[in-house]
Amino acid sequence: MATPTLEKVDSAAQEASPYITVVFRIRRFNPEVSAEATWQDFAVEIDPKERVLDGLHKIKWDQDGSLTFRRSCAHGICGSDAMRINGKNRLACKTLIKDINPSKPITVEPIKGLTVLKDLVVDMEPFFQAYRDVMPFLITKGNEPTRERLQSAEDRERFDDTTKCILCAACTSSCPVFWNDGQYFGPAAIVNAHRFIFDSRDEAGEQRLEILNDKDGVWRCRTTFNCTDACPRGIEVTKAIQEVKRALITRRF
Amino acid sequence: MSAETTPAAAAVSDVSLYDVDNPAPLIEAPRKRTKKTPKATRTNFELYGWLFMRLSGILLVVLVLGHLLIQLVLDGGVSKIGFAFVAGRWASPFWQAWDLLMLWLAMLHGANGLRTVINDYAERDTTRFWLKMLLYTATVFTVLLGTLVIFTFDPNIR
Repeated sequence: MATPTLEKVDSAAQEASPYITVVFRIRRFNPEVSAEATWQDFAVEIDPKERVLDGLHKIKWDQDGSLTFRRSCAHGICGSDAMRINGKNRLACKTLIKDINPSKPITVEPIKGLTVLKDLVVDMEPFFQAYRDVMPFLITKGNEPTRERLQSAEDRERFDDTTKCILCAACTSSCPVFWNDGQYFGPAAIVNAHRFIFDSRDEAGEQRLEILNDKDGVWRCRTTFNCTDACPRGIEVTKAIQEVKRALITRRF
Repeated sequence: MSAETTPAAAAVSDVSLYDVDNPAPLIEAPRKRTKKTPKATRTNFELYGWLFMRLSGILLVVLVLGHLLIQLVLDGGVSKIGFAFVAGRWASPFWQAWDLLMLWLAMLHGANGLRTVINDYAERDTTRFWLKMLLYTATVFTVLLGTLVIFTFDPNIR
């Protein structure tokens, strides 16, 4: 910007400032202070085209350093920052301020159904326990081939949708059945079992189906579609669960 | 009551009960492997239960709507329903079988549905256990009583 235009820009810039004031209403919990979780409001000057994660950063860096949340890559790949934003499970790094009505306070809570450790950080161990229980790794019999295990494009397409899971727990912690007693495997574990059950190279599909035939397995799914709505990767989670159910039924009869 | 709790609450907010060395207790995480963790089941019970709900549901739509249509509309049961009307129905083995099938399917379908509702909504194990016991007792009682009535129905009862 050259000097002569400065005055004009100055008046225009004030009107066209992209920044708006957004109130973040954050569920705070600190076991070292109180056993109760409380709501705390933070007013943040932010461009509505920025993301909720940027707002949380501004709060942590400029206003209250004690605000605790997980984030790693900040670009929707690592799955660390799943949280309940305006009552829906989303990734803070993929949710734009302008998309969630910034004229009202934006509520940010930890995901439900898992123990809150501090502020927005939950204990993910039960979630990963369910994930480990379905054996999310390739299992084969016989000798290892000298070359790669070939697979046709159609066979790969069969489970393509469920390979996209980033284990953010947005689906599992949106599931009302999981909220109750947490014994249900949860959508994420079933999605990752689906990824191997329908993999033509894998030979332990029967074993995984047997695990998911448990009383806390796929049959506890009530097809409420919360998981499909919550998935930040757009995986058709409920469809995957139904496919596992169908596979169980067709193998038995 | 409120007069008693107010000073206590004020005291809590003044002097915190918790600090770095003495944090508030956390809620026990779900799926934690404890002694109380139920063992994995290796039966197809839930599979059959799930299938039964679908199949009996389809059958019940036909049975219940058919029953209503034939009894109330086609045979005019709306205007002449009474002891004699029902007695006449149960003289025929066809209606005995129809009603028996409907009773069993509806009761088992409803009981299984309520069982899943209890599993989903009861929070404590003891609540869950006793609600289910109550449900099973009511189901067995209703099914047995209904079956008994259908088979031993006496139209000349006084």
